Amino acid sequence: MLKYIGRRVAYTLAILVLISLVVYLIFDVLPMDPARLTCGKTCRPDVVEANRHRLGLDVSVWQQWWRFIVGLFKGRDYAEGVAAFHCPAPSFGYSFNRHECVSKLIGQAFPVTFSLALGAFVMWLALGVSLGVWAARNKGKFVDRASTTFVLVGTSLPTFISGILILLFIVVKFNLVSPIDLGKWHNPFTDPFGWIKTFFFPCLTLALAYAASYTRFTRSNVIETTAEDFIRTAKAKGLSARTIMRKHTLRAALAPIVTIAGLDFAGLLGGAIITEGIFNLPGLGRLSIRAVLQDYDLPVIVATTLLAAAFVVFMNLIVDILYAFIDPRVRVA
Amino acid sequence: MRSISSEVILEARNLTKYFKSTAGGAFNRQKGVVKAVDDVTFEVHKGETVGLVGESGCGKTTVGRTLVKLYDPTSGDIIFQGENISKFNRKKMKPLRSKLQMIFQDPYSSLNPRHTVGTIVESGFDIHGVTPAQGRKQAVQELLELVGLNPEHINRFPHEFSGGQRQRIGIARALALKPSLIIADEPVSALDVSIQAQVVNLLDDLQRELGLSYLFVAHDLSVVQHISDRVVVMYLGKIMEQAATEELFTKPRHPYTKALLSAVPVPDPKVERTRERIILKGDLPSPMNPPSGCVFNTRCWKAQEKCRVEVPALYEISPKHQIACHFPEN
Amino acid sequence: MSAFLEVQNLSVSFPTEDGLVKATNDISYSVNLGETLAIVGESGSGKSVTNLAVMGLHNPAKTEISGKAILNLPSGPIDVISAPEEEVRKLRGSAMSMIFQDPMSSLHPYYSVGDQISEAWLLYNKGDKKAARNRSIEMLDLVGIPDPHKRVDEFPHQFSGGMRQRVMIAMALINNPKLLIADEPTTALDVTVQSQILQLIRDMQKEFNMAVILITHDLGVVAQVANRVCVMYAGKIVEESTIDDIFYDSTHPYSIGLLASIPRVDKYHGERLKVISGQPPSLINLPSGCSFQPRCEFAKYVPGNKCGIETPSLSQISTNHKVSCHLDKTQVQQLKKQAM
Repeated sequence: MLKYIGRRVAYTLAILVLISLVVYLIFDVLPMDPARLTCGKTCRPDVVEANRHRLGLDVSVWQQWWRFIVGLFKGRDYAEGVAAFHCPAPSFGYSFNRHECVSKLIGQAFPVTFSLALGAFVMWLALGVSLGVWAARNKGKFVDRASTTFVLVGTSLPTFISGILILLFIVVKFNLVSPIDLGKWHNPFTDPFGWIKTFFFPCLTLALAYAASYTRFTRSNVIETTAEDFIRTAKAKGLSARTIMRKHTLRAALAPIVTIAGLDFAGLLGGAIITEGIFNLPGLGRLSIRAVLQDYDLPVIVATTLLAAAFVVFMNLIVDILYAFIDPRVRVA
Repeated sequence: MRSISSEVILEARNLTKYFKSTAGGAFNRQKGVVKAVDDVTFEVHKGETVGLVGESGCGKTTVGRTLVKLYDPTSGDIIFQGENISKFNRKKMKPLRSKLQMIFQDPYSSLNPRHTVGTIVESGFDIHGVTPAQGRKQAVQELLELVGLNPEHINRFPHEFSGGQRQRIGIARALALKPSLIIADEPVSALDVSIQAQVVNLLDDLQRELGLSYLFVAHDLSVVQHISDRVVVMYLGKIMEQAATEELFTKPRHPYTKALLSAVPVPDPKVERTRERIILKGDLPSPMNPPSGCVFNTRCWKAQEKCRVEVPALYEISPKHQIACHFPEN
Repeated sequence: MSAFLEVQNLSVSFPTEDGLVKATNDISYSVNLGETLAIVGESGSGKSVTNLAVMGLHNPAKTEISGKAILNLPSGPIDVISAPEEEVRKLRGSAMSMIFQDPMSSLHPYYSVGDQISEAWLLYNKGDKKAARNRSIEMLDLVGIPDPHKRVDEFPHQFSGGMRQRVMIAMALINNPKLLIADEPTTALDVTVQSQILQLIRDMQKEFNMAVILITHDLGVVAQVANRVCVMYAGKIVEESTIDDIFYDSTHPYSIGLLASIPRVDKYHGERLKVISGQPPSLINLPSGCSFQPRCEFAKYVPGNKCGIETPSLSQISTNHKVSCHLDKTQVQQLKKQAM
């Protein structure tokens, strides 16, 4: 088991190294020149070159990448003289546009995104799974048909519509959260109420979209599992319907949800661009969108891309380990 | 009575098929080799039915599939109508496929549910670009009639037929290209008892009429005994014994064959009450980790030290009766 | 000796979009303690459906059941068809148990076999998990699983098919049931393993003095373990007798045909197999009169198309031998001789 985890971690790290390299190579072949963008139309070539040096773009892409890797572990110094700046390890680079270490930018944005993702994750799991189980137990009845409608609406309604609807009709109309408060970061440990106020509706928006597909998935899994031979065995033992559902059906039916939920959660940790946009949340999604569309801020782009990939890869690992605890067939034979 | 010629139509010579395995769960990915078929030699004569029997995991299905080149053999030779086809690729196999056909166990999943019976049966014509003299439709209808189906049902779909009828469709499809050898993999084991007899008789009749040869792969010894001229008994990838049917069933010389035969229940309570039944201890060992020496030694009541050390070779114990055992039965 | 289970006029049908599937139709049988009753039939004959109804394992929302199935318990008789579900539930796994065809899929893949057996014990016994575990180990030992102390903590996928069926038997018997229903218990197993399991069922029957109902399609298995037999066809019992009567004195044309159509491993004859022509009827649209009549070679000897009009009733032809056919025994015996 430990050996397996060790191997998976090594493999994960290798993938991350590879991804970072690919990201660097992609930006290297793109036709845009960040150094050229640092000053206006009438820029003198020597200024551009000076800026290129300052940005660290005057060396080969391999060297740039290597410096990045070293920076991750050792921290890094940028520019020279008076403008010199040190980013401590782990340094993801320095944003010349925002004059900040990228790690600091991420440090500010990540709690926002994490709050959003975690809240949504809890909501959609609770909603989707319970609705799915409820529908499966009442297959063909009103609850089931109602859940089918919910699934249909939920999967076909994009978050930019549901988000705006929630924003306009619930938050603004009933003045549940003042527009000034919207998107304001509150530390959940010192101000849990403020934190809930900020995040409840954005989380709900995201959760609605996911909950629909989880409802559908749970429903069909529970129905399928109910028809399994081992459920018949459980009934033949004399177990009550409740125990069969709780101990036998759900255990088998919900196991595959661990995989999907883990990966969906990981995907959200990279930033929920639309929802963050609608609710004015300064999360990773906003950070990367600004870096890509406005600033062409290479260090930020590299960092956020890498981070998003890292979440997915690590969550994959965690899901696999979790799965081994759930399903003994995956464990040692 | 039909005739069996001395002409060999198919020969497996030291046929071996190993599969790489990653079994053992995600946390224990031992790479292993499953010796599904290990050094198997036998032949099928023209007009003959050879029964290939054994329990699950003995490699009988793999032998069948390797012989029609659904798998490439790991080593050994397959000689079909005088040609060594063991190294043939897909392209070279194509012209031979019409002569070497296969019937499968599950008549429910081996027919495409979206095709009509006509399309299914004539598919061979398309693949091999043949047009029968009497025209395709006529040819298909004749085939349906031959296997005992109503020729007017040519436009029906598989789900409109029962299991036994579907197996007949499968047989018609195999017969379309006038094969000389049919490898039938458990062709009746998914069918009900009263339907089994119908299909067994049909296979018998077709053999008489068309001079077919069969390799009949099955676990049901009663059916195999009924249909075969000769029987090959396999255990854990190896041949334990082969002989003419009557000889094998009345005078089995290998302990495994003897145990196997004694385990088959007989529909006759008086016989059952007096019968001596050898109940083998334990389970089939894993083919990933077969016992050393004779593969049967872990369950054999006669096993001695020699059996655990030395692999017994297949040898002729009496004319046309081969066994692989150090201490044969009398 | 009075019967432990008496099934009376039991009918089970499933409403479907295409119509009512009459899986079993007005059937009656009984089984005594210490006795093995085999129920033989092909797929769709209703042999499993009947006994699933006795166990109460059908989905009540999708099944129509009528008739009675009376368990003669020491505390008094109880009809498991009409009794409230909660009462029947408490009989499952205690007074009556069932094992199934496919031991591969009949155990929960995520729980250790010890947990699964313990669960059955804890339902009906006072004791803690430790006691349940010890009891499970005892049972595993009893059903012939080597090294039970170690294997009790293993998972179903670590067991072979035969061993899994042993686990199923251990689980079914842990509360000393008086009725064991074995639904094709060896069909999925290899023949050498089959004889081990059949032997085990026989030993367990002696050990616990149980009534055993063995559902099977294999007449060889019947000859090996049963005392009495019911032959079912299209949802009806067509013949019921002692085992010797069915094999040496079968009187229903279907039983005769079935016995003639199976090759025997101990007799080499090389003749063509006798065949029952045609196929079993659709259970939605049963033929009028006798369900077997369209396939029956003897029906033509019954005057006035009686077979096509009137359903024959299961009637006694001698002690312990009942047949449902319009022909009487001497007529059938004569026709049988001619046909062979």
